[in-house]
Amino acid sequence: MNARVSFGPLALAAWQLWGSAAVVLVLAVLPWLIDPFQTLQISYGLIFGIAALGFNLLLGYTGLLSFGHAAFFGTGAYAAALALKYLGVKSMELYLVGGVGASLLLGVIMGAVCVRYTRIFFAILALALSQVVWSLALKFFWVSGGTDGLRLPTPTLLGGLVTPAADKTAFLAFQYYYYVLVVFVVAVAAMWLMVRSPFGKALQAIRDNEVRAEFVGVRVRRYRFIAFVASAGFTGLAGTLWVPLNGLTTPDILYWPFSGKIVFMAVLGGFKTFLGPIVGAFAYNYLETFAVGYTIYWQLLLGVVLVVLVLAIPDGLVGSGVKLARRLRKAP
Amino acid sequence: MELLIIQTLNSLFYASILFLIACGLTLVYGVMRIVNMAHGNIYAVGAYVAAWTVGLAVAAKFPPAALFFVLLSGAGAAALLGAVLEPTLLRPLYKRAEEYQLLITFGLLLILEDLMRLLWGAHPLTASELPDAFGSFRVAGATYPGYNLFVIAVGIVAAGALWAFVYRTRFGVILRATAQDMRMAAALGVDVKRVYVLAFAIGCFMAGLGGAVVMPISGAVLGMGVDALILAFVVVVIGGLGSLEGALVGALIVGAVRTLGITYFAEIELAVLYLIAAVVLFVRPTGLFGRA
Repeated sequence: MNARVSFGPLALAAWQLWGSAAVVLVLAVLPWLIDPFQTLQISYGLIFGIAALGFNLLLGYTGLLSFGHAAFFGTGAYAAALALKYLGVKSMELYLVGGVGASLLLGVIMGAVCVRYTRIFFAILALALSQVVWSLALKFFWVSGGTDGLRLPTPTLLGGLVTPAADKTAFLAFQYYYYVLVVFVVAVAAMWLMVRSPFGKALQAIRDNEVRAEFVGVRVRRYRFIAFVASAGFTGLAGTLWVPLNGLTTPDILYWPFSGKIVFMAVLGGFKTFLGPIVGAFAYNYLETFAVGYTIYWQLLLGVVLVVLVLAIPDGLVGSGVKLARRLRKAP
Repeated sequence: MELLIIQTLNSLFYASILFLIACGLTLVYGVMRIVNMAHGNIYAVGAYVAAWTVGLAVAAKFPPAALFFVLLSGAGAAALLGAVLEPTLLRPLYKRAEEYQLLITFGLLLILEDLMRLLWGAHPLTASELPDAFGSFRVAGATYPGYNLFVIAVGIVAAGALWAFVYRTRFGVILRATAQDMRMAAALGVDVKRVYVLAFAIGCFMAGLGGAVVMPISGAVLGMGVDALILAFVVVVIGGLGSLEGALVGALIVGAVRTLGITYFAEIELAVLYLIAAVVLFVRPTGLFGRA
C-alpha cells in the first residue's frame, strides 16, 4: 500500500503526490470561481509562503532564528524597483534574476558575520544588520525614494510574450497570478529537494546536535552559511514577486517588525513541518487583512494570537493537525 | 571648544537614556537568560504614564519642583507592569526553547504598542513645563539646557544606585548567585521566583525611568519603544549581553557615535552604529565585557 513515486531524493508517497497535485489544481481553477480581490489575497499568500519557506530553512531545519529576513525580502523588492528606475528594465524575468541575485549577495555578506553565532546572538545580529539595510534605504532617499518608496508598474512577463493589460486588476488576478503560482510550485519543489538531500539532512543533524554533527564530519559553519544564503535567496525571490502585486515598495518591508511577521508566519503554521510556514503565511495574510479591516488595533489582535500560540499550541496549525491526526489514528 | 563641550554633554545625555534602557535589558538577560523584545515598549510605557501624570499634575497646579517627583510615576508604572508580566507570561517559558521566549516577548511588544495607542491616542504627549522650569545654564562659555543636565545626573545616580544594589547589598548577592547558577541558588534556599520577579521589575523600573525623563524633551510617541529597543540592542551587543559594566560602556560609545553622527554623517549614522556592533562581535564574540 505504501507506493512511492521516486525521482531520486524527490521521493513522495503516493498520497503526498496526489495531494499536492490536487492543491495545485484547485489553486489553478480558483481565479475563475472567485472575485479578483480574493485571487490577489491568494497571490499574497503564495508569495509570503515562499518567504516563510525560505526563512524556515534556517529556523526549522538549521535551528537558527533570524529576526532579519525583512532585509532579504526588501532587497528583492528594491532590486526590481531600482532596476526599473536606473536601467529601465520592465521584464519580470530580469527582475527575478536581479532580485534573487541581490538578496543572495546580501545573504553572503550578512551570513559571513551571522553564522559565527547561534541562538540569541544570531537573532540579534541578523536583526541589527538588517536594520543597516533599512536605515540606508531610509536615509539615501534620492536613491530609494525614502519613506515614499519606489513605484513599480506591472511588468512584462515571459520575456515580453505577456504584456500588461489596460485593466491592471484583471492582469494581476489572472496572468500574474499564474506566473506567481508557477514560481511558487518551482520554489516549493526546490526547497523539498533541498531539505531531503544529504545537505538538508546535514542541516537537521546540526540543528539536533551540533557537536555530534561535527564529529560525524559535517562542516558546521560552512553548512550554516550555505543554508543562510539559500534562505536569503528564497525570501528575496518572494520580495521581487511581491512588488508588482503591491505596485510600490516602501522601507516598511525592510523594517524589523516585518521580519517579525515572517517569523510569525512560520510559527503560526508550525516551523517543525515542511508545509507549516506556507499554511502559516496564508493564515497570517488572512488574519492581518481581516484584522486591519476590522479594527485599527490589529497589532493588539496579532500580539494576543502570538502569545496564545506560544503558550497553548507551540506546534502551530500544521504541527498540531498532524499530532491530532496521529492520535485519532491510534485510537481504536 | 564650545562645540566640544556641547557635543560631550549631548553624548552624555544620550548615554544616560541608553544606559537606563540597556541596563534593564542586560540585567534581565543576565539573571534569567531572556532577551525581552518588549523592553523598548516598557520604556515607552514609562514615557506615556509620566506624560499623563505630569499633565494631570500641571492641571492641578503643582509647583514645578514637585513635577520632578511626578516623573517617577512612569518608572513605578513600568516596574508594576514588569511585576505583573513576569509571572504571567514569562514564567511558563523558562524551560522552553529560547525561540519561544523571543516570540512571546515579540507578541507582548505588539500588544503594548497598540494598548498605548488605545489608552493615549495617536498624538504625541509631552510636558514642556519641565524643561522650562530649568532654563539654560552657562557651562564653560557654552549655553546648555538645564533639563539635559538633569537627565545626565539622573543617569549617573541611577547607574551608581544600581551598582550599589547589585554589588553591595544582600539581595544583590542573591541576585548574582541566581544569575550564575539558578539550580544551585534554589538548592541553597533562594526563592528563585521572587528573585526573577524583582530582577524583571527592576529592569522595567530603569527603562520606565528612562522613558519618563526623556519624555519632556522628545515627547511620548508611538514607535519610540521599537526605535529604542534597536539602539539598546546595539548597546548590549557592544558591551556584552548580561554585563552591567558593558551596558554603561556601550551606552557611552553609542551616545558619542550618535552625537558625532548627527553632526557629521547623518545619512549613515545608524549604519555606522550597527557596523560597530558587528565589528565588536567579530573581534570579541561576547562583547567587550561579556562572558560566554
